[in-house]
Amino acid sequence: MEQNASRENIIELKHISRTFDDGFRVVEDFNLTIKRGEFVTFLGPSGCGKTTTLRMIAGFDKPTEGELLLNGRDIRDLPPNKRPINTVFQRYALFPHLNVFDNIAFGLKLKKFAKTEIIKKVKKALEMVDLEGFEDRTIGTLSGGQQQRIAIARAIVNEPEILLLDEPLGALDLKMRKEMQLELKSMHQKLGITFIYVTHDQEEALTMSDKIVVMSEGKIQQTGTPEDIYNEPKNAFVADFIGESNIFSGIMTGKFRVRFCGAEFACVDDVEHGTMIDAVVRPEDVIITTPEKGTVKGKVTSVIFKGVHYEITVLSGKNEIVVQSTKKAEEGSEVGILIEPEGIHIMLAEDVVNRIETGLNKDYSLQFLDGALSCDLTELFPNASYNSNGVLVDAHGDVIDAEAVRIIVSVKPECIEMSDDKEAGLLCGHIINLIYKGDHYSYVVRTDEDEDFIVDDEYLWNMDDYVSLIIPKESFEYAVKK
Amino acid sequence: MQLRNKKMLCLPYSVFLVCFVLAPLFVIIYYALTNGEGRFTIENLTGFFGNPKTTGTLLYSLGIAVVTTSVCLLLAYPIAYILARGKLRHKSVVLMLFIMPMWINFTLRITALKEILTVIEGNLSFHPFLNTIIGMTYDFLPFMILPIYTTLLKIDKSLLEASSDLGADHVQTFFQVTLPLSVPGIISGIFMVFLPSMTNYVVLDMLYNSTYIMGSLIGAYFAAYDWHGGSMIALVLLAIILVFTLFTNRYADEDAGNSRGGVVSR
Repeated sequence: MEQNASRENIIELKHISRTFDDGFRVVEDFNLTIKRGEFVTFLGPSGCGKTTTLRMIAGFDKPTEGELLLNGRDIRDLPPNKRPINTVFQRYALFPHLNVFDNIAFGLKLKKFAKTEIIKKVKKALEMVDLEGFEDRTIGTLSGGQQQRIAIARAIVNEPEILLLDEPLGALDLKMRKEMQLELKSMHQKLGITFIYVTHDQEEALTMSDKIVVMSEGKIQQTGTPEDIYNEPKNAFVADFIGESNIFSGIMTGKFRVRFCGAEFACVDDVEHGTMIDAVVRPEDVIITTPEKGTVKGKVTSVIFKGVHYEITVLSGKNEIVVQSTKKAEEGSEVGILIEPEGIHIMLAEDVVNRIETGLNKDYSLQFLDGALSCDLTELFPNASYNSNGVLVDAHGDVIDAEAVRIIVSVKPECIEMSDDKEAGLLCGHIINLIYKGDHYSYVVRTDEDEDFIVDDEYLWNMDDYVSLIIPKESFEYAVKK
Repeated sequence: MQLRNKKMLCLPYSVFLVCFVLAPLFVIIYYALTNGEGRFTIENLTGFFGNPKTTGTLLYSLGIAVVTTSVCLLLAYPIAYILARGKLRHKSVVLMLFIMPMWINFTLRITALKEILTVIEGNLSFHPFLNTIIGMTYDFLPFMILPIYTTLLKIDKSLLEASSDLGADHVQTFFQVTLPLSVPGIISGIFMVFLPSMTNYVVLDMLYNSTYIMGSLIGAYFAAYDWHGGSMIALVLLAIILVFTLFTNRYADEDAGNSRGGVVSR
């Protein structure tokens, strides 16, 4: 049983973490099993750790923690030249001092193949990438697309068990990219080897992959088939990153009933009544109809022609709904909005409370970042009181040691306000993420102290804006960490 | 109008070039190809190659240049490699240590070297060839390190990763990728060491008053008022340098052509 599984799984990453020398965690607790012959894509924005993960599989980078199993054997300490894995590099990395033939034959010569064998294999590899007869060309005379193909030929000629591709199409123009996507896909089917592909282009990932691993900030957000990822995104990040989507905050109002945008909709996800949720609706799943027939009424605020369809924005109350439709709508006209139950995907609302762990000063004031906050600690400890010396004692009269206590301060995202004025708030930071949620934006602000705060605001700020966070004192909630 | 103004900027150098490079060159050619009465002759040329003393000096100079260049290359490459690739914490400081001799006055350097060698060997004229090589190497080493270091630094790291990815170990990667790609640096290093070491007679002159090298030979001819013979030797030297330059340039060009666009995609 065990043996069967290891024969089917070519590579397994178990609790892989990678921390850079400066303490930055690029990859965190990465768990993934890849089956023999699969086409797997690591998808995520730049800096999400996808390339680092690929480099660890290739052997150029070493995980700080975790196990990396190839055919059931740990290869953590195996150097890249001993791994049956070849890479197509982001900028091709073709040897400029060698011609096309010698570039492709590089690996074969090292493996001491016979000369006639090498010539035959190189010829076959060039046929595979549609560049027959290019053997004697120098690298400098090739176009970007041709260099790309040579790089692929140089990797596959070694017949690796796994082919790694690090954003190989990034430098090509759109038309060439589309062509290469299809060619890579058919090459994968022809060769039957495992492909691990890294890209930040969601369309590329959806087109080619058997399995997509969506990553953000070093963590896997979701793993699944392209259909799964697109239709059933697990969280707001995935929904926002893969394709266009409307994300609305809402609440379950009954079995298969959900309320958002000021109306009730039928849905197909069974989530417990009363749960706070995020509803994802793809623009192509929104139907525009007459105001009388619609579940929600709204006004068309913009219509943009996109070739295949129109992108229509409808404002309903405070919610903005983006619609893709082949039928044009008049700007400024009143319309109704319908959404089929299948078009609504329910995600459990993420834990959207900011929590900061902090300690107590000797005088029982609360340490908060650089300053101190006073708070009534008797509320936190049941029946506690200050004795005659001003020392806090619990219900049994025992002294509470200020230094041993950790307090968790929590603030709701909607309680925080953002301001341009740097002096206005307690903290300042840069906006590092934003997601539109129908009637408001959800921001992540990374403060100068390197804490992340989630802030809800109805106004649009830009990525990287430097803002100060105004947090009213009454909105703090305190709890003792157990 | 504007273009003409820009061309005017070349004027000072053009004047300099004509006065101090082209004119003297023609004077040298004139003297080399005439005799005392001002008539055309190739006697000076036949005289140079017919005289075993002058041809011996030529060969000796070539020998010194070849050995100096080889020693410099053998010493410089590992240093440049370690500086460019190694994970030294104070790389710039180490690099400076190698470059620093260039900051000290040339005469002072050679005098210091002379004293040190005298202490070790006693009399410097016991090993003239060895001392010449030591002096020249000492003088020209930085000129070999710098170009090699710069080329090594420029090699795209992903090429080394690609080599390792395709199955090469460290030694194979060095000989099949790093070394061939550092050839332009090696060539400019050779260029900067070989030519000066053929003619630089100051080192020898200061170490032990020898005239046994091309540069000093020319000086000796002119000192004896044989301008025609001296000019011919200068011309022969010029021809050797020209041939050498054409030869190395061809290699350097080929390599530059290859690396164009290979690493960086367009």
